[in-house]
Amino acid sequence: MNAALAASGLGKRYRRRWALSDCTLEIPAGRVAGLVGPNGAGKTTLLQLAAGLAAPTAGAIEVLGRRPAADPAQLGRVGFVAQDTPVYPGLSVADHLRMGALLNPAWDAELAWRRIERLGIAPRQRAGRLSGGQRAQLALTLAIAKRPELLILDEPVASLDPLARREFLQSVADTVTGHGATVLLSSHLVADLERICDWLVVLVASRVRLAGEISALLEPRRPPGRPGAGPVTLDDLVVACMSEADGGERGRARGNRAAR
Amino acid sequence: MIRFAWRQFRAQAAVAAAGLAALAVVAGVVAGARADGSLRAWLGVLVIVVPALTGMFWGAPLAAREFEEGTFRLVWTQSVTRLRWLAVRFGVAGLTSMAAAGLLSIVVTWWSGPLDRAAANQFGTFDQRDIVPVGYAAFAFALGVLAGMLIRRTLPAMAVTLAGFVAARLAVLTWVRPRLISPVALNLALNPGSTGYGQAGTLSVLFGRPTLMPAPPDLPNAWITSMRIVGAHGAGLTTAALDRACPGIGQGRGGGGGGAGGGLGHSQAPQSVVTRLQDCVAKIGTSYHEAVTYQPASRYWPLQWYEFAIFFAAALVLAAACLWRIRRAGA
Repeated sequence: MNAALAASGLGKRYRRRWALSDCTLEIPAGRVAGLVGPNGAGKTTLLQLAAGLAAPTAGAIEVLGRRPAADPAQLGRVGFVAQDTPVYPGLSVADHLRMGALLNPAWDAELAWRRIERLGIAPRQRAGRLSGGQRAQLALTLAIAKRPELLILDEPVASLDPLARREFLQSVADTVTGHGATVLLSSHLVADLERICDWLVVLVASRVRLAGEISALLEPRRPPGRPGAGPVTLDDLVVACMSEADGGERGRARGNRAAR
Repeated sequence: MIRFAWRQFRAQAAVAAAGLAALAVVAGVVAGARADGSLRAWLGVLVIVVPALTGMFWGAPLAAREFEEGTFRLVWTQSVTRLRWLAVRFGVAGLTSMAAAGLLSIVVTWWSGPLDRAAANQFGTFDQRDIVPVGYAAFAFALGVLAGMLIRRTLPAMAVTLAGFVAARLAVLTWVRPRLISPVALNLALNPGSTGYGQAGTLSVLFGRPTLMPAPPDLPNAWITSMRIVGAHGAGLTTAALDRACPGIGQGRGGGGGGAGGGLGHSQAPQSVVTRLQDCVAKIGTSYHEAVTYQPASRYWPLQWYEFAIFFAAALVLAAACLWRIRRAGA
């Protein structure tokens, strides 16, 4: 199987604090994978390691079969939209698209300009004056138009209002159907992911608690033909998974205390 | 990458170009009015200040602002390695800094030329003319970039750049430049007609004790690095020895200054005091002489090149540190 992302024993330490430790995970190519977990679970760290923005302290990570950000070619295969969707406030929207064209050999200028036009964003507008939703769309356009094989989105909709959120996720979904790229996006809201994802990874305190195809994850838990019991939702599943992990941690803590 | 680096930098470069053009025009217009010495002084200050400014406003924000605004996450995930990204941005803005300082120095050196020749004190304007400003600009810029990469915040990086640049300039000025080429030694007999009595230098006014002060020898355009009164074995003239040879030498100073002859610019002391001082100098002169060390005028250009090389080499070291650091810098 072709893995879009494979991590084993992956860890990242910032000064004394481990932001991610002993994370082992595999995401198959061609999926739209959602990464969900509580704040501080290490989602952002994992995605930054995948994008090559940070180097692992322990373990290894491979993206599309190679070390992240190893060379320009590898950088070109991965699109990344960072949390809070940073853009250059002093440069115009058109400047950003020109930057994409200058810095990416596989740049699809027509796609980029068409997208900006369809979104109704004025190319001469300074990026610093865009609304949160427009800025996120600009960042997404930059990531999509470089024609990546893997598109990584770190909490892309966290700061958007519900309408912009829906539009943004819809454009991600459209892109995938158009280009067949693998998508990995994180969120702490299951509802965001449910809309477009077909693969789910639940990360709690660096550990993968649950991973797999969403339909398969839901299937066995559905009570077979028992009337009265409603269908189990993805939300229920994730919450159960997180509280289980939480309970497990507490149980271990209790055990430690008893042993002392 | 070069075109994008230039796109990000062109606003600053335009400001610098406009400033330089305005200065060149003004300098050309007032070229006939060079008699005004204060303009010469202001231009000198400008040449000294500009490298610090380019280091603070072009160097320090280069990486720090990307970290502050999070845009490094945008630009480092384009299809350009971050090593290349830094190398190109560093090159574009760094070379522009050097060019700006160089052009400014050319304009000021040209404009001040007649005044400088008349002043015959080329070492007095050593760091405001010719090529050393280019070295200062390279150093300040590289220092700014490295500070920005390590601190990751623009304002503190600018402050550190300024402090580091001023410290480096003062250190080289005080300890390095006088020793780059060993100075020429010159021994002169004490001249009773031009030797005064008093203190020299800012610190010795506070802490030193008055002693005999020989007038500087007539060496046009040379840089006199030290001037002392020494005995046959090289020992300096102590206050005790002076008091022994000339008892009461310091007592006639009430008249508002101890200068005797020598054009020191003080009000004239009473004739009796002047005579007593001249007798004293003649007496001291039998066993002491004036020892001067200096850099001859011909060493101006070698010293310019040496000092430029020192700062430029330091800039290259800082640049290498930046490139080494960028491989490890992360989110």
